[in-house]
Formats: sequence, structure tokens, C-alpha cells
Amino acid sequence: MIYEASTLAVVIFFAFVAFTLGLSFYLGGKAKSSEGYFAAHGQIPWFVNGVAFAGDYLSAASFLGICGMIAFSGYDGFLYSIGFLAGWIVALFVIAEPMKRLGKFTFADALDAKFQSKGVKLAAGISTLAVSVFYLIPQMVGAGVLVQPLLGFPHWVGVVIVGSVVILIVVTAGMVSTTWVQFLKGSLLVIFSTVLVVMLLARGYEVKQGGNDEYEFKTLTAVEQEDGALSIEGYEVLAPGGEWGGSNFVQLSPAGSDQVLVFSQADASEGEVLLREAQTVTMTNDGQKLVNGKPQSAENDLHPVGRVSKLPEGKEESGPLDLLSFFSTLQESEVVLWRSEKITNEDGGSTTVYYQKPTPGAQVLRPGEHPKFAGIRSDKFSNKLNFLSLMLALFCGTASLPHILIRYYTVKDGASARKSTIVGIASIGFFYVLTLYMGLGAMTSGAMDVTSSNMAAPLLAKSMADWLFAVISAIAFTTVLGTVSGLILASAGAVAHDLAGVVLKEKLNDAELVRIAKITSVIVGAIAIVLGILFEKMNVGFLVGWAFSVAASANLPSLVMLLFWKKTTKQGITAAVLVGMISSLGWILLSGDTFKSVYGIDPETSPVPFDQPGIVTIPLGFLTLWVVSLMTQPKEEVSAA
Amino acid sequence: MQSRNARIGLKLFCVYLLLYGGFVGINTFSPETMEKTPFAGVNLAIWYGMALIIGAFVLALIYGIVCKPEEDEVNKEGGADA
Repeated sequence: MIYEASTLAVVIFFAFVAFTLGLSFYLGGKAKSSEGYFAAHGQIPWFVNGVAFAGDYLSAASFLGICGMIAFSGYDGFLYSIGFLAGWIVALFVIAEPMKRLGKFTFADALDAKFQSKGVKLAAGISTLAVSVFYLIPQMVGAGVLVQPLLGFPHWVGVVIVGSVVILIVVTAGMVSTTWVQFLKGSLLVIFSTVLVVMLLARGYEVKQGGNDEYEFKTLTAVEQEDGALSIEGYEVLAPGGEWGGSNFVQLSPAGSDQVLVFSQADASEGEVLLREAQTVTMTNDGQKLVNGKPQSAENDLHPVGRVSKLPEGKEESGPLDLLSFFSTLQESEVVLWRSEKITNEDGGSTTVYYQKPTPGAQVLRPGEHPKFAGIRSDKFSNKLNFLSLMLALFCGTASLPHILIRYYTVKDGASARKSTIVGIASIGFFYVLTLYMGLGAMTSGAMDVTSSNMAAPLLAKSMADWLFAVISAIAFTTVLGTVSGLILASAGAVAHDLAGVVLKEKLNDAELVRIAKITSVIVGAIAIVLGILFEKMNVGFLVGWAFSVAASANLPSLVMLLFWKKTTKQGITAAVLVGMISSLGWILLSGDTFKSVYGIDPETSPVPFDQPGIVTIPLGFLTLWVVSLMTQPKEEVSAA
Repeated sequence: MQSRNARIGLKLFCVYLLLYGGFVGINTFSPETMEKTPFAGVNLAIWYGMALIIGAFVLALIYGIVCKPEEDEVNKEGGADA
């Protein structure tokens, strides 16, 4: 059993969440006007605001997704950490202060301050809404993932709980309380991650044959006979039916049993084949779920995994490590990663095989091991483009996220905004350094769930101590709460200020604005709940990468050109926002990844050449803005040019 | 609208852009370079990645120290930021 609900964990968890909510109600009681609701009166102290930046930014995706990706594939997850942080440089050096001077509440307001155009407001409002919803998906998925092992509820219950609690927070409180929630949770996340890493270094690496449930995976040697068939002492080799024939797997049945075990093949010496035990989840055609060939139950479930199989110089334990030897030891070791493959059975049911992949540490610590990044090692240029595109989107995305921009307005002046951002970068950067340790620690912790990379960080904590697991889960859960409330607030702001004002064609008073914002919060929250359930199986870090692509494509060209190009016109902005948003969304919906993971169609049939849109759609946004602006210059400027 | 602060910001941005571009470029076109272990048995991918994170903070700090508070806010915010 990987997940066991513990009473202590549940108590700590609820105490933590209740405290956060109580605080938010208490502080929220102070914010009544629309200024207070949306921008916290511009009176949040800069240090608090800085840590709150970290709180906003270090979402479920950073914590769960990146750690999970590192735990399952090594270094590649860290590329997200690097890209996410680099984005802050764009935000701070290029966008932050001019924005603070231009704007009031939202990205659309900032644009509008210059143009007073309804078209601009409308386009920017819609894009804020689209980006927020996209960014909400991974947060909601993360929420479901957390609640499942902690409380034993299914995924969708977790999503619904988070959705409802957040709607409650946002409707009753507003920006003041979300800032304090973010501050609290940003600090706790960094502090407890540090604790985790210190414990991890003290523990070091240990060679093991299996995970923490003490189950040892079998390795067998099969003899290859003249006709190519395999024979193994004590096992019967089953005839490969369905798709098993073309696979690298062998189905075996132990003598005297009807259980079917699956092994993956690897070449050994001449005439012999090495078989490594795999784990399987089978959905039979009558709807039964089998684990390793037997019905799933408390006694028969997937084994936790994640181990070092060899240490340098044949040692069994590394002993305590320091910050550098943690990497250099792993570099010389061998770890067992797990990969999966889905196979259709003869009777129409399907089996997902999770198989061992012993990998040298040097490969784990280099870029390009994750299937999504493997393209950088291929000779095909479009595969390399996918990677470039993602790194570009991460770089440009931060400054374009609506819930990050909105925080620039919660301090009183440019200098405070600058100081906030520095504190934010320090906290976030420090945390991202920790993600590499936590991810690699999780990889070798013996506690991983082969079916879900998103659970790596909490399960790592669980391998240390139950209380730590509870605390980390509670923090991650409030992380989700905080980020989701920030996002919902941003979209509520967009609707109340931008869309409602344009659509209703009349000036709304404060009370009406806040009421519209609250209604929007409920609706957006409900949409997020539904999407969170639909996207359950995807790595949340990966989903965030997409949200960044949409944000960067839709918003960045307008932001940058508005600040640095005098000939920018309102038509140019409107067109760029719409083109950037629609092209990047369309690209993602047509990408091979979406085909495979969401629609369940063969990814080969996808019309787009690679999955990440940024490298095409961001320049497209700039180009649109440039062309349309030149076409719509005011008359005197055209004659002057 | 190009204030002194904004110019400093853009210069620092260009510095970081070069660093980040170098990282992404090496990863994309010469991934095997990232496997080399220049110091302490730790590979270039990790050194460079960590340097990008720490570098971001250092640049932000420089920015905070060098920037002057806006003229109209001198009375409210005295001295340089840290």
C-alpha cells in the first residue's frame, strides 16, 4: 500500500486549512470598498507582498509537478524551475515599473489607461479570463491529487472541495486576505521544503532491491531456445496474444498458480535473456481492475518504487551527504526509473505495464531524458524546436500572468514594488534550488507511486515521517487554495472591470462591481472544478507550461510594445491580444499531447509539428501588433513617416 | 517615458538574456556538453542551472541598489533599496 490515511495527518491537515481560512475571514472583514477588494488599498507592506509573490507563484505546479517530473525523469523537471525563475527577470526589468505607473487594477486597465478603448478592454479582459482558466486547470488537478492519498477520497472529491473552499474565500474576502494567505503559505512552503532537504541530505542514498514496503522485485534469467522461445525454471511462459506479441514484455505464470506476472526483457549473455519484474494494472473487458494479475485490494496493490541500484565503489550506503556530493554521488550511481506502456489484450481489455528502467546517474542528471525533452537529442530540427519553444514561453510567461501582474498594485509605489519583486525572486529562486534536491530525493526514496508523478513531493515527505507528510500536504493544499483564489480574483476583476463595463455600456458603482466580481468568481470556480476533473492524468507542471504559453502569446507582445514602441495603436493591441490568444489556444488543442492525453486519439494524426506553441505564437503576436499598428496610424503620423 | 531606472533594467535584462540564451542554446544544439563534469564531480547542466537561479537574484539585487526612487516619491521612500 502506498497510501494509508493516518489520523495525525488528517488532524494536522484540517487544523492548518482551518487556520488559513479563519485568518482570511478575519482580514477580509476589513476590506469593503472595491479598491480594497481588488488591490488591497495599495497598502500591503513590501516584504509581505514579496513573499506573497512567491506564494502566488509557487503553485501546486511548481511544488508537485516539478518535483514529480524530476523524480520520474531526472534533470528535465529542473528546466521548468530555471525557466519559471528566468521569467521573473523579464517581469522585473522590463515590465514591472512602467506597469505600476500606468495601471490601476488589471492588465486591461493598464492598457486602457493609455487608450481608453473599449476594444482593448474587451480583448484584454477575455485573454485574462482565458489565461486564468488555463492556469486553474493544473491547480485543480493538483488539489485532487493531494486529497486522494491524504484523506482517501477519490480525485474528483478533492477538486470539488478545493473549488468550493476557494469560492468561499474569494467571495467573502478579496485581495487583502488572499495576500496574507499567500504570504503565510509562501513562507511555510520554503521553510518546510528546507527541512525536507536537510533530512534528505542527512539520510543519503542506500542500495535497495525494492520500495519501502520491503517487496523485492524479481530478476530472472531465461534461456533462449533454438526456436526463439524462452524457458524459465519454475514459471510457465504464456503465449503472447493481442498486442503482447510485438512488445518487449513476457507474461509468466508461476508454477501451480494462475496469476499472470509481467516481466520486461533485456539482453544478457549469449542465449540468455534477463527478465525484470514489472507491475501491471489491467482493466478487463467486464470492468474489473486487476493489479499484477489479481483483483485490486488492500493486500494486493501496486508496490511503491524508487531506488538506487548501485552506488560508487560498490557501497551499500552513502552516509550523510552535502549539497554537492548529493549530485556527484548520484552521478556515479545507477538508479531504477519506471516507464509505462499500455497494451491491448486479446479479449479487448487493456493492461498498463509499469516496467523498470535501470539508468546510470550521469544520464539522470543530464537534460533530455524525459520523453517530452528527448527531442534535443534527435537530429530532427522540429524536435529541438519543441524544447526551444517551451523555454521561450516560460521566459516570457511570468510577466504575462494576470495574477502576478495584479500584485504590483498592492504596494504603494514603484520602489516598494521593486523591493517586493526582489524578495519574491529570492524566495522563489531558493525554493527552485530545493526542487532539484527534493525531486532526486523522491526518485530514490522508495515511496513513489508509479501511476502519478504529481505525488512525488508529498510521498517523499511520507518516507521521512508521517507528520511531515501531513504538513507538506497541508501546505501544498493551501498552495492550491491560495493560487486558485488569486487567479479567480484576477478573472473576477477582468469581468467586473473590463467586460461588464463594456457589455453593459453604463458606469457601474462600487457595490455593483464587487457583486459582479463575486458572481464571476462562483462561475469561474465551477468551470475550474469541471476541468480539474477532466485533466486528472496529466503532469501538472506540464499543464502550467501550456498556461504560460497562452499568457505569453496573448499578453506579452502588447505589454512590451505598449511600453517601448510609440507607434502602437489600440487596434494593434486588440488584434495582437486576440491573435496571440486564439493561435496559442488552438495550437495546444490540436497538439499531439492533447490528442493523446485528453481526447485519446493517436497523437500522430495531430496537424501541428510540435507541441509547444510559444516559438510560433509569441512572434506572431508581435508581428500582428506591428502590422496592424502601422495600418492604423493616426493621419498626421502617417504623413510624417 | 524612458527613465533612468528603465534603462538600467533593460541593460540588466540583456545580460540575463545572454546567460539564459546560452543555456538554452547549449541544451538544444549540444546536449552532450551539459554532461561534462567541470568541478566537484557535478555536471555542467547543474552548475549552469544553479548559476541562472542565483544570477537572477544577484541581478535583481543590483537593480534594487542602483535604481533611484522615482522623483515624486523621494519624500516617501528615502535611500536605496536592498
